Amino acid sequence: MTATEAAMPVLQLRQVSKRFGAVQALSNVDFEVYSNEVVALVGDNGAGKSTLIKTIAGAYKPDEGDYIFEGKVVSVNSPRQATDLGVETVYQDLALCDNLDVVSNLYLGRENVRRSGLKSMDLLNETEMERRATEVLRDLSVKIPSVRVQIANLSGGQRQSVAVARSVMWNSKVVLLDEPTAALGVEQTRQVKDLILRLRERGLGVVVISHNVADVFEVSDRIIVMRLGRRVATFHTARSTNEQVIGAITGAMLPANAYGEAE
Amino acid sequence: MMKTQPTNLAAAPNNWREALAERFRQGNLGSLPVIIGLIIIAIVFQSINKNFLTPLNLTNLMVQIAAMGTISTGVVLILLLGEVDLSAGQVSGLAAAVMAVLVSRHNLPAGVAIVGAIVVGALVGLLQGWWISSFRVPSFVVTLAGLLAWQGARLRVLGDTGSINITNKFIIDIANFRLPIWLGWVFGVVGVVVYALIVFNEYRSRRAAELPVGSLNGVLWRVGVVGASVLAGVAMMNVNRNANAAGIPIQGVPTAVIIFMTFLIIFDFITQRTRFGRYVYAVGGNTEAARRAGINVNRIRITIFMLASALAACGGILAASRLNAANQSSGDGDVLLNAIAAAVIGGTSLFGGRGRIWSALLGALVIGAIANGMDLLALKSSIKFIVTGAVLLLAVTIDAASRARRENSGR
Repeated sequence: MTATEAAMPVLQLRQVSKRFGAVQALSNVDFEVYSNEVVALVGDNGAGKSTLIKTIAGAYKPDEGDYIFEGKVVSVNSPRQATDLGVETVYQDLALCDNLDVVSNLYLGRENVRRSGLKSMDLLNETEMERRATEVLRDLSVKIPSVRVQIANLSGGQRQSVAVARSVMWNSKVVLLDEPTAALGVEQTRQVKDLILRLRERGLGVVVISHNVADVFEVSDRIIVMRLGRRVATFHTARSTNEQVIGAITGAMLPANAYGEAE
Repeated sequence: MMKTQPTNLAAAPNNWREALAERFRQGNLGSLPVIIGLIIIAIVFQSINKNFLTPLNLTNLMVQIAAMGTISTGVVLILLLGEVDLSAGQVSGLAAAVMAVLVSRHNLPAGVAIVGAIVVGALVGLLQGWWISSFRVPSFVVTLAGLLAWQGARLRVLGDTGSINITNKFIIDIANFRLPIWLGWVFGVVGVVVYALIVFNEYRSRRAAELPVGSLNGVLWRVGVVGASVLAGVAMMNVNRNANAAGIPIQGVPTAVIIFMTFLIIFDFITQRTRFGRYVYAVGGNTEAARRAGINVNRIRITIFMLASALAACGGILAASRLNAANQSSGDGDVLLNAIAAAVIGGTSLFGGRGRIWSALLGALVIGAIANGMDLLALKSSIKFIVTGAVLLLAVTIDAASRARRENSGR
């Protein structure tokens, strides 16, 4: 049992539903993530994982249900409102600018500047940005040749690490990672998994979407299984097996409920 | 695993050869090919005609490229966004016509005519940028329509006479006045001192923040090379260029050169050191990423189209001033193609997000030097076009090859 079990979730969705025309993408889904915890969100294609993540990220507004952050019901209608709360999302396509260096990407849209009176003419404070970027990457043990190297010259794993580092630079409390290890090699996958565990050590609530059940077992504390727009099962990673999780994903073997009983 | 790449001022590897090889592998050659190209061009023309590298000819060259280079500065901005502007040449012609009509036909003061022409340019850019952003029409098409429409507007503004001579002294002086010798030196020395202060200040603040810095020697070299080039340029333009030593001396830095340099410095500063400049590169590199980072992409795009068209107008004013007239061919012919070619030859990528404002100067120098050198050799313009075309093709190929190397490196 994780230490935080009894505590209040840092982020919680309650009875959330979302329709797209005739498709019921989410039906009465509950979701919660605690601080100091890695939650894996798994499920087959079309299970509703992406819709759920986008709802948490503020990209979709649910038709019904509550968004509860640190115990308070809040209204999140845009990605900006989510990031303002401290909920950061790292999408699969990373959203980095290849032509800019690591420092510029870490600070993109939130540059450290000296004010000049006109916002767009504010002067970039490169020294300060580089100093702090170096610090953050060192704290997270992200290994790159230099913080001034262009993203185009980094490996896939390094890019993923930079994207994750960007999400935790801003006092974020929850980080959503969409397929963080897809398309990575063995060594690079290991780097990213280490990084995920370090995010947890820093006290963040981490939500990982993944197809790869083996990877999920290595990094997560809890596993939430989605199926056909519903949350069908929850497992404590330490007390579950691969077969149980896969059974829940396919619907072949639904367990009794959360941590053992059917939902 | 890669080694540290030399970037900005920071972390220059000790071994320059290694650094160079690294940049080649990563596809970050920047302006290097064009500088080598310029040296080759200079050697070739000088060995054929010893009049090429003379103060008279080189000063003429600088004045010849000032208008093209100014238009090209705007084109660099557009290319950084990953867009294209085919209307730049015609906008320059329209601005020249507006200025000429205001000053010669309506007898307005020169200042009003100049501001009026630049405002017309900026409004054209605003319209085109807004259209591209609002209706999601590719910039290629919108500015192609502009190429036609602004040509019509220019003919309309010029009216039946078709050609308007400019006799206003102030406007003629924009391109043709020569600064007093001492003032040329003041510009040069102040420029070099300010540059040196900026570089050293940056070096110091990086050291204070315990960030990697290159060797102090490298910094000194940089300041030395830039300073020496600037001062050598001033010295050269201050030499009496009149072949008849007994005649009235022709000496001093032409104002057109100062104006062009000022644009380069201002826009290099904006693109490299301001929030706006950073966003321009971000939009050019990955528009979706820029949008997700909260950048107002449309505002950046519209602003850039406005700035680029205003710069094209300034280029048109310089050209009209040099010609003492605005006429039916102002901004026609190869003006647009030279401006785009200059930006690309100078090292700005057609694929967006890569390049520096200085490529407008370097590329304009290449195109200007080829034209100028061939004129000295009295070659036909047919050959001039073919050679310029070949150089452009070479530059674009280097750009594409760099891009391919970039995509292969690192993964």
